Amino acid sequence: MNISAAIWAMQAFNGLSTFCVLLLMALGLAIVFGQMGVINMAHGEFLTIGAYTTYLLSQVSERWLPALANWYFFVAIALAFVLAGALGLVVEHFMIRKLYKRPLDTLLATWGLSLIMQQAFRSTFGAREVSAKLPDWLMGSLKPTPTIDIPINGLVVMGLTTILTAGVLFALFYTRFGIDVRATMQNRAMASAVGINTARIDRLAFGLGCGLAGVAGAAFTTIGSTGPTSGSLYIVDTFLVVVFGGAQSLFGTIASAFTIAQTQATTEFFMTGSMAKVLTLSLVILILMARPQGLFALKVRR
Amino acid sequence: MSDELLSVKSIRVCYGQSEAIANLSLAVARGEIVAVMGLNGMGKTTLMKALIGLLAVRSGSVMLDGKEITGREPFERVAQGLAYVPQGRMVFPALTVEENIQAGLPPSQREVPPELYRFFPVLKEMRKRRAGNLSGGQQQQLVIARALASKPRVLLLDEPTEGIQPSIIKELAVQLKAIRTEVGLTIVVSEQVLSFALSVADRILVLNRGALVHESPRSEVNEESLGRLLSI
Repeated sequence: MNISAAIWAMQAFNGLSTFCVLLLMALGLAIVFGQMGVINMAHGEFLTIGAYTTYLLSQVSERWLPALANWYFFVAIALAFVLAGALGLVVEHFMIRKLYKRPLDTLLATWGLSLIMQQAFRSTFGAREVSAKLPDWLMGSLKPTPTIDIPINGLVVMGLTTILTAGVLFALFYTRFGIDVRATMQNRAMASAVGINTARIDRLAFGLGCGLAGVAGAAFTTIGSTGPTSGSLYIVDTFLVVVFGGAQSLFGTIASAFTIAQTQATTEFFMTGSMAKVLTLSLVILILMARPQGLFALKVRR
Repeated sequence: MSDELLSVKSIRVCYGQSEAIANLSLAVARGEIVAVMGLNGMGKTTLMKALIGLLAVRSGSVMLDGKEITGREPFERVAQGLAYVPQGRMVFPALTVEENIQAGLPPSQREVPPELYRFFPVLKEMRKRRAGNLSGGQQQQLVIARALASKPRVLLLDEPTEGIQPSIIKELAVQLKAIRTEVGLTIVVSEQVLSFALSVADRILVLNRGALVHESPRSEVNEESLGRLLSI
């Protein structure tokens, strides 16, 4: 096998890692923005919460619970989901709930929230970036051929993404909860008039979206270090993914996360990072000009 | 305990400053089909929305089987036994036919009762299709099935014949009466089509500028005078 093929393979794999974090973020946002219409600018901060949770747990296990040190990462994923989700419920109750009828105002309100949360992180953890200490089994790489390195942490994140995506799709399309969520998102007043407690569904859906961002944060610690603004760096890309995929379609979200991440990762190798970004964005703009409804849109009479 | 199932006492409903319904009272007996007639803009839809709770009443009360439901959320009224079929159908377009019906089932249930498909066989054929792609008449049957899924005692139907072809309107009247008899339903239907109202209702009310101006049992209806009330 020649060198350039190996480089292609590794770049494609790097693209897959970016794809995973993007997709985990976008899954949550696809529910919150795509389905509920809430423009949640603070979505990235919920990722940061998940990342700091993982960091804290790695510190705790290192100092007091060495027995946990190898497996704390899985506990961290669950805890990140619970913490970010719980905070999501609180935010929904005190802020978002009052803004469902004014979606544009959610932009401003959640942007303010994101600034508050960033400063809270800065005051608590300091401005310096921190890294969770990864257990040994997560380090290192597989070598299917002498020239190809496949990092193990990437594989783990990929497995996690697959499981979560399947879980979200299952919850939304094969359970009564999913029917209630989709009915509420399509017509809130009508959903209430057929007997669905829409306030409860809104709260749970928003909490679920934030919890998923928390899990994305836990996954994020395996490929990058955590700072107060780690999440906000992803927010634009995430919105891009959801809009590009078609706001109503989860399959579109998956396809678009893949396209954007792969384009970004493969072009990054041949040009500078910013030029790769320019190329990716131009491509997205061109496609959105031809298909303003996004890659996938439902065809129904309305 | 009388056999009065739904009773509305001097309700007043407003949109901002303008009063759409002033001091309206109405009693519906168990098992009865009542048609509320009136021209566009006379308050039929407002009345229906106030009954299900999509619009708040300024004063007055709504009771279902002796229980106060004024001020309750729509989903709470559904749990109490009220069901609502809105004007313009309002299916959930991106959900399948089956999912639309499931959305109307009591919380956390998923099993569609077989009698619903028996009432509306066409829905069974189409159950995997998206509701948004059904014809108007099929959508109307779907929203009625969705409303019946909650096993209501009182069904509110807001202009079910609007935008539906005449042959299907006749069929709808037959279906409604059959369902009423089989599941012991009470129905309040708002309507503009006189022939439809006459073929389903036991009692006919006429609404004009937010007040009831006429009331007569089906057997005593004078079509001519009723027609005059409903002409422009």
